[in-house]
Amino acid sequence: MLRFTVRRLLLLVPILIGLSLLVFVWIRALPGTPAEALLGERADEQSIAEIREQLGLDDPFYIQYWRYVQTLAEGDLGTSIISRRPITDEIKERFPATIELALAAGFFALLFGVPLGFFAAKRYGGLFDNASLFLSLIGVSIPIFFLAIILKWVFAVRLGWLPSIGRQDVYIDAEHPTNFYVLDGIITRNWDATWDAIKHLILPAIALGSIPLALISRITRASVLDVQNEDYVRTARAKGLPAHLVDGRHIFRNALLPVTTVIGLQIGLLLSGAILTETVFAFPGIGTWIQASIENRDYPVLQGGILFIAVIVVVVNLMVDISYGFLNPRIRLSGR
Amino acid sequence: MGVIEIEAQQVPLQTTPGGLWNEALYRLVRNPGAIVGAVIVTAFVVVALFAPLLAPYSPTDVNLDLVANGCCPGPSWAHPMGVDDLGRDELSRVIYGARYSLLIGIVSVTVGLTAGLLLGSVAGYFGRVDNLIMRVVDIMLAIPGFLMAIGIAALMGPGLLSVMIAIGIVNIPIFTRLMRGSILAQKENDYVLAARAVGVPNRKVLANHILPNAISPVIVAGTLALATAIIDAAGLGFLGLGPQEPSTPEWGTMLTDAVRYLQTAPFLAFFPGLAIVIVVMGFNLIGDGLREALDPKLRGRA
Repeated sequence: MLRFTVRRLLLLVPILIGLSLLVFVWIRALPGTPAEALLGERADEQSIAEIREQLGLDDPFYIQYWRYVQTLAEGDLGTSIISRRPITDEIKERFPATIELALAAGFFALLFGVPLGFFAAKRYGGLFDNASLFLSLIGVSIPIFFLAIILKWVFAVRLGWLPSIGRQDVYIDAEHPTNFYVLDGIITRNWDATWDAIKHLILPAIALGSIPLALISRITRASVLDVQNEDYVRTARAKGLPAHLVDGRHIFRNALLPVTTVIGLQIGLLLSGAILTETVFAFPGIGTWIQASIENRDYPVLQGGILFIAVIVVVVNLMVDISYGFLNPRIRLSGR
Repeated sequence: MGVIEIEAQQVPLQTTPGGLWNEALYRLVRNPGAIVGAVIVTAFVVVALFAPLLAPYSPTDVNLDLVANGCCPGPSWAHPMGVDDLGRDELSRVIYGARYSLLIGIVSVTVGLTAGLLLGSVAGYFGRVDNLIMRVVDIMLAIPGFLMAIGIAALMGPGLLSVMIAIGIVNIPIFTRLMRGSILAQKENDYVLAARAVGVPNRKVLANHILPNAISPVIVAGTLALATAIIDAAGLGFLGLGPQEPSTPEWGTMLTDAVRYLQTAPFLAFFPGLAIVIVVMGFNLIGDGLREALDPKLRGRA
């Protein structure tokens, strides 16, 4: 198991090098000189000279890259052109919001996706099955931001049940030790704030969770259909085990393994989908931050944001990968 | 009657002449989902091609008289989908929007498909550069596709061309990996060995023998990629990376503008959004139908 884990961890190295190289080349490929790109179009001669000096833009490519990697290793992602603040500080402030949203969306997708797929497979070919297939077809066909707009219009604008923007109502007075608002509310025993934070999460989470929901229910359905025909299921039935035990112990558990594989793949989808969802709901996370950076041509933020999310996705996928080794002995022992 | 005779009688009944493709077509036209998809996609292409004939107004004609009493008058006989904040006919804009989505879909998938086919074939068949290509593909796939598209489009500056190229590039690693896997699977077959043994040059083995057999998963992926391309293009447009001339009736960009009037004129968001959903659903249905038709084992599964 240790060998397996170490091998997987070593795979991270070339990927991270490649990523940083890609992002490094990216900022240098921007229209205009990098100095102008960093400072904006209205920069004067002097500050351009300064930034050229500061970035060492006259050095050879590999030295520049090495320097870039060093600053990255120190956790320095640069400074925002607009807010003039270090990008890492802004990420620290905003990332908890996005994690909270992604977790809520993932939770929603699992909570409904797995049972939906399971019961669809149990009623294979029936009305419920076809309805679930149709729903998942819509789920993969609807742009996430359009669903967000519809939800916002129905539940926030028309019915007024849920808030339409932000993470917290202005009149709520709450402390934020962790910046995870739901968690903060629980820690500080401020139940009004907790409930308020949950209410702000519901609509964005449903919108963001819709695609994973559709995929998870499809995979669960396919997986249950496969497992149902296995010999051990027939054996379990033949020996007279009650149907619910066969479903629960033999079918459900074995059908979940492919589902865990997809869950890992969702993290990239959730984080990139968050950009659109957060934009619709003005949810102050990484997504709205990146969206604003596009609008403001704030390239350091865009660069830092993209690199940050990519690294998170790579690392999480790796962790998921390793955890399969624990879940499935076949993978571990094959020593891949 | 012996088993062999029974089989001899039944085989011609079950297989249609003409091999894999005819058989696939035969299954495809018996799949109601695929039919619906084909109808939707055909309608979409017709609307896109004949937009000037179908649209009752010009998509860019500003008519401020219509919005004199505030934004925005809803659907009426003269304007079945209402008018937008500048008094432009929403129906005409949605119709013209089909052109942009079609263009973006075709160009971006062509970019991804061409490059992916080349790289994947080289990696899968020749093997020498396999490792290099696949490691680059791994890195590209590590970045969420939409995020990478944002990066590329922002790099090239907002606009229609940027969106198409960005989405095309995002598709390259996907097609490369798929093509490579498919070719690797075909490479070991006896017919390849046979072709080589009689002295067919490498390039021809690849083009005339392996590719036709390895292409079917790529066709399925290509159809599904059209669906994703249209969604992603709308997303990029929504984030302000789409066509910059404000009059361009691109569906994603229209949705951005519509969000501001959600309170008073929700239909402005509803119609372009619905158009995207229907078209994307059409491509998804055809893609799923093709997959089942080309690989009958999957029937009714995923």
